[in-house]
Amino acid sequence: MTTRVDPGFMKKVKGLGDQNMEMCFNCSKCTAICPMDTNLLPRSLFRYALLGMTDKIKAEQESIYSCLLCKLCEESCPRGVKIADNVRLLRSYLNRDVFNI
Amino acid sequence: MAQIKEVTKILVDNLKLRGSVLPISQEAATKWAKDLNLPKGGDTILYTGNMYQIIPYINKLVKTLELFEGTFFMNFTVFGRMANRFVNVSKFMGGPNKEEVKTFNNTLTNMAKLLQKSGSKFGYLYEDDLYAGALTYDLGADDVTLAQAKKVYENLKKHGVKRVITVDPHTTHMLREVYPKILPEFDIVVKSYIEVLAKRGLNPLNNKGGEVAIHDSCVYARHENVVGEPRELLSKAGVNVKEPFESKKITFCCGGPAESLFPSKALEVGKKRMAQLCKECDHVTVMCPICNANLKRSATNGTKITDFADYISEFYLEN
Ligand code: SF4
Ligand code: SF4
Repeated sequence: MTTRVDPGFMKKVKGLGDQNMEMCFNCSKCTAICPMDTNLLPRSLFRYALLGMTDKIKAEQESIYSCLLCKLCEESCPRGVKIADNVRLLRSYLNRDVFNI
Repeated sequence: MAQIKEVTKILVDNLKLRGSVLPISQEAATKWAKDLNLPKGGDTILYTGNMYQIIPYINKLVKTLELFEGTFFMNFTVFGRMANRFVNVSKFMGGPNKEEVKTFNNTLTNMAKLLQKSGSKFGYLYEDDLYAGALTYDLGADDVTLAQAKKVYENLKKHGVKRVITVDPHTTHMLREVYPKILPEFDIVVKSYIEVLAKRGLNPLNNKGGEVAIHDSCVYARHENVVGEPRELLSKAGVNVKEPFESKKITFCCGGPAESLFPSKALEVGKKRMAQLCKECDHVTVMCPICNANLKRSATNGTKITDFADYISEFYLEN
């Protein structure tokens, strides 16, 4: 199975608003505290985005839209990642580039 | 997963074509203010953004989605989305629960009366009290949200508004944090009615007391830092405030934000939160119509859920 990578992906996302996905160091604290249980893995979403794995981002639509944007995770993130804003920005990308809304 | 795109599209089209994610009649939106004789516009206004008024309609939509979620029939939303461009499909879901409409209207009336009692002078925009775009913003529909923000701002300016008193956390967040980010010229001062009441030092008529578990809205607590004010108003009235396991800055979400796309996930989260709240008290107070709706859906053991404005009215208003 081949994985397509779009090197310009993060440029597109940055054009949509402020983000700091690159601050995430994959510790998983956010997942441990998230009310949505383990279906939603911000660290994976951010990794896919940073690597430009657009197919993965499209496949993760459900988890991207499941996020409550409640920011509970941000209270314990050791890296100050703006998790909710970053996830919302992935929605902006999907709306614009995938759903054509 | 077809519903993500289709439901988003329906909500976006509604906002674009009809001015609200779920359009309701002007009469339904302004009914709560009927007997209050509030002036139209002015320096300071009470801004509802129609959040309380549309929740009974959203509840109806959620019930419809719940029936179809994860089924073959969900594909009909594709048809719904196309039809919605020409005719408001939400009209065909049937009317909202009348009791719910009455309760939410009464909550808004109580907020206005509490503010009047605190000495605050304010107007209302009636048919120009527009939806602020919280749901489309959360769904990442940025273009339509920006267009709506411009419309809201122009409208506020047209009516000479300088200060806005909001009634719910989502509209507060949109006007106070999001609008200045996406619309740098936005210069309206925004405060929630809870902040205004606390700041004005409103005093209770009685302090007969009581006991209530408090559910902080994520948006008020974490985005807008409204944490101390509701507690201050409750303790002044002699209420014993019961804090659930996760409260204040680390409050646990009601699940409501997932309602329009994933009603069953919203319910799961709501049930977890209700379990925390029920442990403390069989009466819960909430500050957001979305929390109110989702926690009520999730409550199983007869726990009473009351909007904060209605709850404190018992102590601060004559009955
Ligand atoms: S808690 Fe912060 S740093 Fe840790 S995985 Fe989550 S986003 Fe990354
Ligand atoms: S903001 Fe999203 S990822 Fe963070 S705790 Fe809430 S639901 Fe989970």
